[in-house]
Amino acid sequence: MIRLGKEGGMIEIRIHGRGGQGNVVAAYVLATAAIGQGLFAQAFPAFGAERRGAPVAAFVRIAETPIRRRCQVAQPAFVIIQDETLAALPDTLAGLESEGGVMINSQRDSRALSDTFGRATYTLPATRLSLEALGRPMPNTALLAAFLTLTELLPVAGLKDALAQRFRGEVLAHNLALVCQVADATPRGIWKELVHAASA
Amino acid sequence: MRQALEGSQAIARAVALCRPQVVAAYPITPQTHIVEHIAKLVADDKFHCELVSVESEFSAASVVLGAACAGSRAYTASASQGILLMSEVLFNISGLRVPLVLTCANRAVSAPLSIWNDQQDSMAVRDAGWIQIYCADNQEAVDATIQAFRIAERCELPVMVCVDGFTLTHTLEPLELPDQELVDGFLPPYHFSRALDPLAPLSIGTLVAPEYFTEARHLHHAALLAAEKEIVAAARDWAAACGREQAPLVRVDGPADAKIGILTLGSVFGTLLDARDQFPGLPVKLMHLRCFRPFPVEALRAACAGLHDLIVLERAIAPGADGIVGAEMRSALADTDSPPRIHNFAAGLGGRDVPLAIYPRLLEAIKKPHPRMSAIDLRPELLPADSPVRQEAAP
Repeated sequence: MIRLGKEGGMIEIRIHGRGGQGNVVAAYVLATAAIGQGLFAQAFPAFGAERRGAPVAAFVRIAETPIRRRCQVAQPAFVIIQDETLAALPDTLAGLESEGGVMINSQRDSRALSDTFGRATYTLPATRLSLEALGRPMPNTALLAAFLTLTELLPVAGLKDALAQRFRGEVLAHNLALVCQVADATPRGIWKELVHAASA
Repeated sequence: MRQALEGSQAIARAVALCRPQVVAAYPITPQTHIVEHIAKLVADDKFHCELVSVESEFSAASVVLGAACAGSRAYTASASQGILLMSEVLFNISGLRVPLVLTCANRAVSAPLSIWNDQQDSMAVRDAGWIQIYCADNQEAVDATIQAFRIAERCELPVMVCVDGFTLTHTLEPLELPDQELVDGFLPPYHFSRALDPLAPLSIGTLVAPEYFTEARHLHHAALLAAEKEIVAAARDWAAACGREQAPLVRVDGPADAKIGILTLGSVFGTLLDARDQFPGLPVKLMHLRCFRPFPVEALRAACAGLHDLIVLERAIAPGADGIVGAEMRSALADTDSPPRIHNFAAGLGGRDVPLAIYPRLLEAIKKPHPRMSAIDLRPELLPADSPVRQEAAP
């Protein structure tokens, strides 16, 4: 686990997806993983009309000290996009720090999208990977595994612990296998500097 | 030990730790998760109570009223239209001086239809004769829920614990849940002295003619006022038991000699604390009104002593009048020596996000007089172009 910038530093993450993609679950799992590592964290959804397929967002804050603010995340250090088509909506990248990063569920090339977004970008074909591993198009755990591997914000083992608090049986086993598969295939720590810069 | 819990889940677990014998509720967003979690605890055999599924909030309130009259510790939860549908029964519960606990997952009231957070629902029943406690965060919600049962039972009054919908109920964060033993020590089994008994039948809720009605109402009023010391004692004893201190009536944070104060209720308090750090400038005292009923006049006068300007920031509005808490603050401070100028604003109605930037906006806004309440986060550009309100609100 890395130190979050300066003392009392806080990292803010926004997750964009569509209703039914496990957006809120992703936020809760990420915050649970951070809390399991002794950090402070907060996760909450921005509920729109609750219907499958509609654009939804969820927010995560991770810090070394208690988190007091309750406002939505307007200037995230990282944006995690579960549905590629949402990248074209103005709200999706709004306020993203210039030194921040975009983690996106896409079959496209990371470099090409980095140019499009003007930010460090990492693509992961998370829908395909989840269909293979889980039999369902649930990109959230694969994206979190890649995100934590790139940033080394938390150990991947912490993500597994958080999943184990929420799921059981085959669903858990398949998700844990998917997390290992993605973490092994993702370059380690290449976004560490982004975390440091964004939380300073 | 700190655990990662969603606010609703933590409240449900806190309720179970208090061992109510009867829980009745009807689901309504954003309260639903609370009763869902309670139902799950019951289904998993981790919590034993009579869980009554009803067909409306009117029935939910009626069931807990009946259960409490029969001597049970009882709990319910609701929000928004659910609170309004309950309102007839809410007055009966308090007028009969029946102790029980209700969580209000604060949400806007229709129309226009909104499922999101503000505090219009609990404010609409502010005169129902219940104790009302507002929570600034989910740890406070856990602790207030446990304290509420004791306050209710000692005062023979119902307690409404108000928790901002979504902003708190749907937020996952690290929370401390006490051990069962600790809660059992704080909250011994309840014996209701007026519990209905088939061997000694009596009627309650009968017609009261003008000869006695005033006295019944006055006793109810006096009981609410007297509840203040039980609210203080519950917070003090709970702090001694679990180690978490909490200002029972009004939390004050900031320099004692500040000339500007901001008073608010609920989760926006934490945002203001961070905003004050983010925008350093004039010293500002931030105040959280935890106990709204009874209205803690003396504590508020002490908290506001020396202020030149008091901003009252509310998540509700009294259309055609002013703010609700703002008006009560004017009344509470009117006959103090040199009362502050009171600036009353609404913010965050119907779930509008309250950002850190609200803080400098408030401090800027008090430089000009605001004779009537207004929404500080109003966006005039969204009003009809020909609306006189738009012309007035334009900066």
